[in-house]
Amino acid sequence: MPRRKAVVAMSGGVDSSVAAALLVEQGYDVTGVMLKLWKGEAANTGSGCCNLGAAEDARRVADALSIPFYVLNFADFFEATVRRDFHEQYLAGRTPNPCVRCNHWVKFDALLDKAAALGADLLATGHYARVDYHGGRYRLRRGVDPSKDQSYVLWMLGQRQLARCAFPVGSQEKSATRALAAELGLRTARKPDSQEICFVRDGDFDAYVGESMPAAAAPGPILDLDGAVVGTHRGIGRYTIGQRKGLGVALGRPVFVTSIDARANALTVGGRDDLLVSELRLDEVGFVHDAPPDGTRVLVQYRAHGDAFPAIVDGSTIRFDEPVEAAAPGQSAALYSADDPAEVLGGGVIASSVSLAASRSG
Amino acid sequence: VEDARDRVAAAVGASPAEIVFTGGGTEADNLAIKGAARKRRGDGDHVVVTAFEHHAVLDAAAALAREGFEVTRVAVEPDGSVDPQRVADAVRHSTVLVSVMTVNNEIGTVQHVGAIAEAVKAANPRTLVHTDAVQALGNVPVDLHAWGVDLAAFAAHKAGGPKGVGALFVRSPVALEPVLHGGGQERGLRSGTLNVAGIAGFGVAAEIAAKEVYEKSDRLLALRDRLLDGIRGIVPDVVVNGRLEHRVAGNLNVCIPGTDGETMLLLLDGAGIACSSGSACASGALDPSHVLLAIGVPKRLAKGSLRFSLGRTSTAEDVDAVLAALPGVVERARKVA
Repeated sequence: MPRRKAVVAMSGGVDSSVAAALLVEQGYDVTGVMLKLWKGEAANTGSGCCNLGAAEDARRVADALSIPFYVLNFADFFEATVRRDFHEQYLAGRTPNPCVRCNHWVKFDALLDKAAALGADLLATGHYARVDYHGGRYRLRRGVDPSKDQSYVLWMLGQRQLARCAFPVGSQEKSATRALAAELGLRTARKPDSQEICFVRDGDFDAYVGESMPAAAAPGPILDLDGAVVGTHRGIGRYTIGQRKGLGVALGRPVFVTSIDARANALTVGGRDDLLVSELRLDEVGFVHDAPPDGTRVLVQYRAHGDAFPAIVDGSTIRFDEPVEAAAPGQSAALYSADDPAEVLGGGVIASSVSLAASRSG
Repeated sequence: VEDARDRVAAAVGASPAEIVFTGGGTEADNLAIKGAARKRRGDGDHVVVTAFEHHAVLDAAAALAREGFEVTRVAVEPDGSVDPQRVADAVRHSTVLVSVMTVNNEIGTVQHVGAIAEAVKAANPRTLVHTDAVQALGNVPVDLHAWGVDLAAFAAHKAGGPKGVGALFVRSPVALEPVLHGGGQERGLRSGTLNVAGIAGFGVAAEIAAKEVYEKSDRLLALRDRLLDGIRGIVPDVVVNGRLEHRVAGNLNVCIPGTDGETMLLLLDGAGIACSSGSACASGALDPSHVLLAIGVPKRLAKGSLRFSLGRTSTAEDVDAVLAALPGVVERARKVA
C-alpha cells in the first residue's frame, strides 16, 4: 500500500520543523518546502522569518529528517496579492492582517494547488490549530495550547481545503513541540518565535510605512469627536483603532484613536468609552461548513490575540451581547461555536463597526 | 603545478606563462573584468558586456559601475548568437574592456570569438577583449592565440576536473590589477597559497577534455537528437531556446508552453532526473532566466523552461528514462501554470 504523500510548509522555525518530523514518524512520504516570498534581498537579517538564514535552517532540518526540500518562488504572486492588499488597506485607513491574506491566497490556495500538482495528499503547516472529521464534515478547531492558538488566522478554510490539510503540532502544547525538537536534535529547537510581519525589515514598521507606503505617512490633523483639531498625526499608516501611544495629544485625560478617515487624512480620538462598539459589519464572509442560520449565537474573536465575545450572527452582521472595545476595520473577525468554543465556524473581514453611542442614539 | 600549467595551456592554445590559476571560473571572470578595467582606468571608463553573460561577469561589471565606470549591455540575437558588428558598434574611444562569453551556460550557443575580437580591435585597437570560456573547454575546440583575445576564464569542474579551481588566460603583455593581494603568487596576479591538489586535477582534466572534444561531441549530438525527437513526440509545440547549430552538443534548453517549470523540476527530481529551469537564487528558489529574457522569450513561456545537460556519462537509457517520465510531469505542470 503506497504511503500517503505530504508536503510540509517549512519556515525554518521550530513549529514547522516538528510538524515535518511528526509526519515522518507517522509514516508519510514527506517533502519539505519553503516559500520564497521576498523579492531580491530578503527583508530580514538575523533570525526573523523568511530570509536566507531561515531557508538554511529549514534545509538542514529536512536533511536531518532525510526528506527532500525545495524552496518555491512565490515572490511575484505574494507581491501582487498580499503586499498590494496590505498597502491598499492602509491607504484606505484600515488595519489589515497580512497573515490572514497570506493564508487565504498563498498558503491554502496557490500552495495547496502546487502541493496537489506535486502529488501530495496533504499540505501540512506548523500552525497551532486542529482539523478533524466529525459529524459528517471537516472541523477546524483551536490548538490545544491556548497561548499559542492560531485558529484565528485560519477562519477562511473551508471543506475543500481542510480535506487536504494537516496541523500536526496543533494537538500539543508548545513546550511539547520544543521538547520533541530537542529530542530529535533539530537545530531549531531553541530558536525564538517570530512575531513580526515577515516582509517588514527587522520588524521596524514605522520605517516600513515611510519607505513603502509614503501616502500613508503624510502628516494630518488629529480631531476630537466634535471635529476640533487637537494635534497632528504622523501618517494614518502608523495608527490603528484603539491606539493610545504616540498620539502626542495632551488633553488632560487618556485618549484613543476611535476612527481613521483616509480621505481627509485625519484621525479622530476620544475617551475609552468612545471605543465601544455594539456591532460589526463584515466583508468576505466565509464558513467552514454551512452558514449558520440568522440569529445563531456565536463567540467572536476580532483581534489576533484577543478574547472571544458572545454575539449573534445575522448574515454578515455581528451583534455583540455586550459592547466590545476597539474593533479595527481590516482586521478579521473569527467566529467560534457557542456550543464548542474551540470550533471555528468561519469569519470575515471587518468592514465597519457601529459604535455604542451611535447605536444608542438609534 | 607547473606540469598542470603546461597541460592547461596546451589544451587552450596558450603559453604556460599566460595561465593564472584561480579559485574557479567566477574568480577568473572577476579578476579579468575588475583587474583589467581598474588597471586601464587612465584610458577610459567604459566597459561593454552582452545581455546574457553569466552573473559572474554581469555582477562584476555592476560593481565597476558603482566605482564610476559606465557599463553597456549589448543585446543578443533571438537565436542566441552575438553579432560581432553589434558589439563593435558599442565600442568607443573610452572603452577599456569588452566581455563576450564563448559558450552560454544556459542555452549552449557558441560564439565566433575570433570574429568578435577582430571586430572590437578594428573599432578600438586598445580595447581589451575578455571571454568567459568556462563552458567551452571540453565542449568546443579552444584556441586562444588564434582567437586573438586578451583574457579568458576557465573552470576545472566544467571540464571534468575538481571544483574550486579555475584559470584566467592573460595574454602577454596584458597587465591587470590584482583582486587578491598578499603573498604575490601567480606573478602577483593572484595571491594566496595554491590549491595544489585541485590544480593537479585541473591539468589532467584539461588534457583529457581537449583530446576528447570531437568524439564526445559526436556521441552527445546523437543523444540530444534522440531526446529532442522524443520530447517533440510528447509536446509537439515545444520551443527550442537558441539555435541548434553552433551549439554545445550536450545542451538542450526548451520551453514547454503552458507549464510551470518549477513544478516540472521538482517532479523530475522526484523521478531521479536532475535538470534545471531558470536560474537558482541564493535561497535555492527559481528566478526567471535572464538569458531567456535576453533572447526574447516571453516571460510566460520562459516560466516553463527546462534545461537538459548531457555529458560524458550520459547514455541512451538516461534519455529514455526522461522521455518516460515527461508526459506525466508535463500534465501535472500544466495544472499550476
